Amino acid sequence: MATQEMRSVYVETLIALAERDERIMVCEADLMRAHGTTKFADRFPGRAVDVGVAEANLVGVSAGLSLGGKIPFAATFGCFASRRAFDQFFLSANYARLNVKLVGTDPGVTAAFNGGTHMPFEDVGLMRMVPGLTIFEPADPVSLRALMKQSASMWGCTYMRLPRKSVEPIYEEGEEFTLGKGKLLFDGDDVTIIAMGGLLVGEAIKAHEMLAEEGIDAALIDMHTVKPLDEELVLHHARKSGAVVTAENHQIAGGLGAAVANCLSCACPTPMRMVGIRDEFGQVGTQAWLQQHYRLTADEIVTQVKDVLNK
Amino acid sequence: MDTQKIVEFAKEIRKQTLFTIGNLGVGHIGGALSVVDVLALLYGKVMKIDPANPLWEERDMLVLSKGHAGPALYATLALKGFFPMEELTTLNQGGTNLPSHCDRTRTVGIDMTTGSLAQGFSAACGLAYARQLDAKEGYVYAIIGDGESQEGQVWEAAMFAAHYRLDHLIAFTDYNKMQIDGTTDEIMSLGDIEAKWKAFGWYTQRVDGHDVEALDRAVLAAQEHSGKPSMIIMDTIKGKGAFFCEGQVGSHSMSFDLAKANEAMARLG
Repeated sequence: MATQEMRSVYVETLIALAERDERIMVCEADLMRAHGTTKFADRFPGRAVDVGVAEANLVGVSAGLSLGGKIPFAATFGCFASRRAFDQFFLSANYARLNVKLVGTDPGVTAAFNGGTHMPFEDVGLMRMVPGLTIFEPADPVSLRALMKQSASMWGCTYMRLPRKSVEPIYEEGEEFTLGKGKLLFDGDDVTIIAMGGLLVGEAIKAHEMLAEEGIDAALIDMHTVKPLDEELVLHHARKSGAVVTAENHQIAGGLGAAVANCLSCACPTPMRMVGIRDEFGQVGTQAWLQQHYRLTADEIVTQVKDVLNK
Repeated sequence: MDTQKIVEFAKEIRKQTLFTIGNLGVGHIGGALSVVDVLALLYGKVMKIDPANPLWEERDMLVLSKGHAGPALYATLALKGFFPMEELTTLNQGGTNLPSHCDRTRTVGIDMTTGSLAQGFSAACGLAYARQLDAKEGYVYAIIGDGESQEGQVWEAAMFAAHYRLDHLIAFTDYNKMQIDGTTDEIMSLGDIEAKWKAFGWYTQRVDGHDVEALDRAVLAAQEHSGKPSMIIMDTIKGKGAFFCEGQVGSHSMSFDLAKANEAMARLG
């Protein structure tokens, strides 16, 4: 499987969707070139709207497009989509029960050289507080395509985290995904690793292999949808393995770890560890350096697994 | 136009707005009463609507971006038959279909949810874009406040509408020159507001917002003007028509009882 840029897959999928459904639109705030959606604009003039550097208006206009019967995919860096235009997305899109597909690009450390101002470690936490919102982060091109199609065909707002650059392919073409249903990559009896997003699902796959070499039988779930959380799957594997480690390119406060802890603490208290950002701001660096710095690595997942198992 | 009919309709809307808020005992009376005349013109004459088919695809739409003026719009919609008059007594009661700020999911005839200022204006622009793309003939109307115009998002949306030449978007500024903390000139002056809109590429007009004939002429001129969105600056008086609060800063949100509302209604004739 060749690596593909996630943004290319995003745009190709949008074009494919738009060919079949004339309601599909693209809405951008001066990041069309960054997102590659100029290709969509060339193909469907008029159905790609650039609002300029104005994220509040990006989301407000998208809500209006939805009110006019369109299905807008509005994209901007995740920091702006969440922190900057939160009230617009909360009220004009969600509270107004409209149908805006918001995309936050460059999640977590993938913002790399853009640094702390542009590095969303808290977007999922903010978005989880929006009632009824569907929040997901596809781990690779195959899941991106499948989940985007579902987002387009369902009524209601969604928030998708999308790295722009290439991620390692994980799934074979044709693999099926369902929003709100986690993907079990490996079954296992000793511990359950629950990861979200290409970066950490990729690290978790490496960790799974490292653990197997040491005789630890880990289950691994790609929890692409953090809300609504697949509680059935979480509870099943928590009960089966008796230990859980979450991994995310996001603050552990408010993110996947918190969502899983919410679920488990009430229904099935289970020893847990969380891999993720610990109450810190972002900063500049290569993605690889940042990943090491914030310990978003297979090694850290292995360390936390051993810790929760007291090994 | 049968001017007298619209003037009478406006008087009825004023009375029902006074009743609605007075019956509850507290509310945004000042900014509700200042937009009554434009609502009377829009719903009494200008807008293509069908109360029996409130979601009619080809209708004209209104975004009341200054969502706190909701009660004036509820009175208008009830008088037009969108829902029973009796519902006006439920304003802000638990489970009501008439919340303080407009909610498209709760109230028949409300086209967009508003309340966090300036957001409705962006939505109106997006809506106008979508309808332009579909070559719809109808108009999108939007009403913003003068205090609301201090929000940066208003000007993001202003650029957008001019850039995309949304000439089926006709907006009104309710320039009553007052906001919660004082007059707009004291708190945050809008300067030459008409020049600002002109500079943003809009077709602008300035009229007496309580003169329905002048408003009607302005709307007609706006409809005939192509290639630009329209902004009609309405000089208005906060609390217009209510003897106990007309022209008073304190009318933004105030308490008054039904007896006072009744007295004000009687004085309207």
